[in-house]
Amino acid sequence: MEIKVIKDIMGANDQIARKNRQLFDSNKVFVVNVMASPGAGKTSVIMETIKRLRGKTGVGVVEGDISSSLDAEAISKEDVPVVQINTGGECHLDANMTAIALGDLPLKDIDLLLIENVGNLVCPAEFALGENIKVLIASTPEGDDKPFKYPLMFHEADAVLINKVDLLPYLKFDVDAFARTIQGINREVKIFPVSCTTGEGIEEWVSWLLGRMGEK
Amino acid sequence: MHELAITQSMLDLVLKQAGEAKAEKVGKINLVLGEMTGVVGRCVQFYFDFLSKGTPAEGAALDFKVIPTTARCRDCAKEFELGEFDWTCPHCQSNNMEIIGGKELFVESIEVE
Repeated sequence: MEIKVIKDIMGANDQIARKNRQLFDSNKVFVVNVMASPGAGKTSVIMETIKRLRGKTGVGVVEGDISSSLDAEAISKEDVPVVQINTGGECHLDANMTAIALGDLPLKDIDLLLIENVGNLVCPAEFALGENIKVLIASTPEGDDKPFKYPLMFHEADAVLINKVDLLPYLKFDVDAFARTIQGINREVKIFPVSCTTGEGIEEWVSWLLGRMGEK
Repeated sequence: MHELAITQSMLDLVLKQAGEAKAEKVGKINLVLGEMTGVVGRCVQFYFDFLSKGTPAEGAALDFKVIPTTARCRDCAKEFELGEFDWTCPHCQSNNMEIIGGKELFVESIEVE
């Protein structure tokens, strides 16, 4: 006997993500799922963002890594609440791991929660966490062909930060072609060339982020 | 690597459906996989064989219907499959398009006894 099912395999994760979202909404927390390959600069962008918002916005951070708490220790120097999730081998965060981590965060004091996903351009795109927006950090040394290799990630992103633009003189990375490729399949995406070393573009990114938080 | 979590989720879904139908055994699972998801059928099969042991779905055949990444041109409205390193409309060379296929990841049907 054949049974028609037509059910999304990610349904169970999505259901927990919706619960997370309700919790975020009821605490007025705006949530950003920060995704990138390893070494693209997720932690650096998060730290620059915290510095720009100090005294203006309550920021909290969830650090997702397969192992170690190096990133959480770096972030905790910025004096913001941070929780480390070690996935123990899983290549992405999922809604359930996020739900468990939320118990350790003072959500009432947080306006903006930055969730640093596991460094990976494939798997995190599939797993909703309950976030308001997805931000992808692509760094110039990775090359400008990445959208072709990881289309889902670029298709799902609300914003793409092109990090390490201070290295452009030494690299073959066509910023305009890269931006055009992404915008071709993702009309709404915002693109910010940034450098966490020189500070270029960080102001633009942060003011856009504050704008999105205000729209909520 | 996300295949492990995805396969577990798929198996839970299948066992729930089979349980509701009071089925004793799942013979076949028909899956629809979009190319853009990056889910590798061979990996799903590998994890499935391991995870389904001792459940009514043990030994079930997996069938994968793979949906290519497909776009509709926003300028000429024609539909086409995305090239590997060329994301322009083959009809009018526009690069302004909407993705309409390739994100699928669902269980279409199961065959039970």
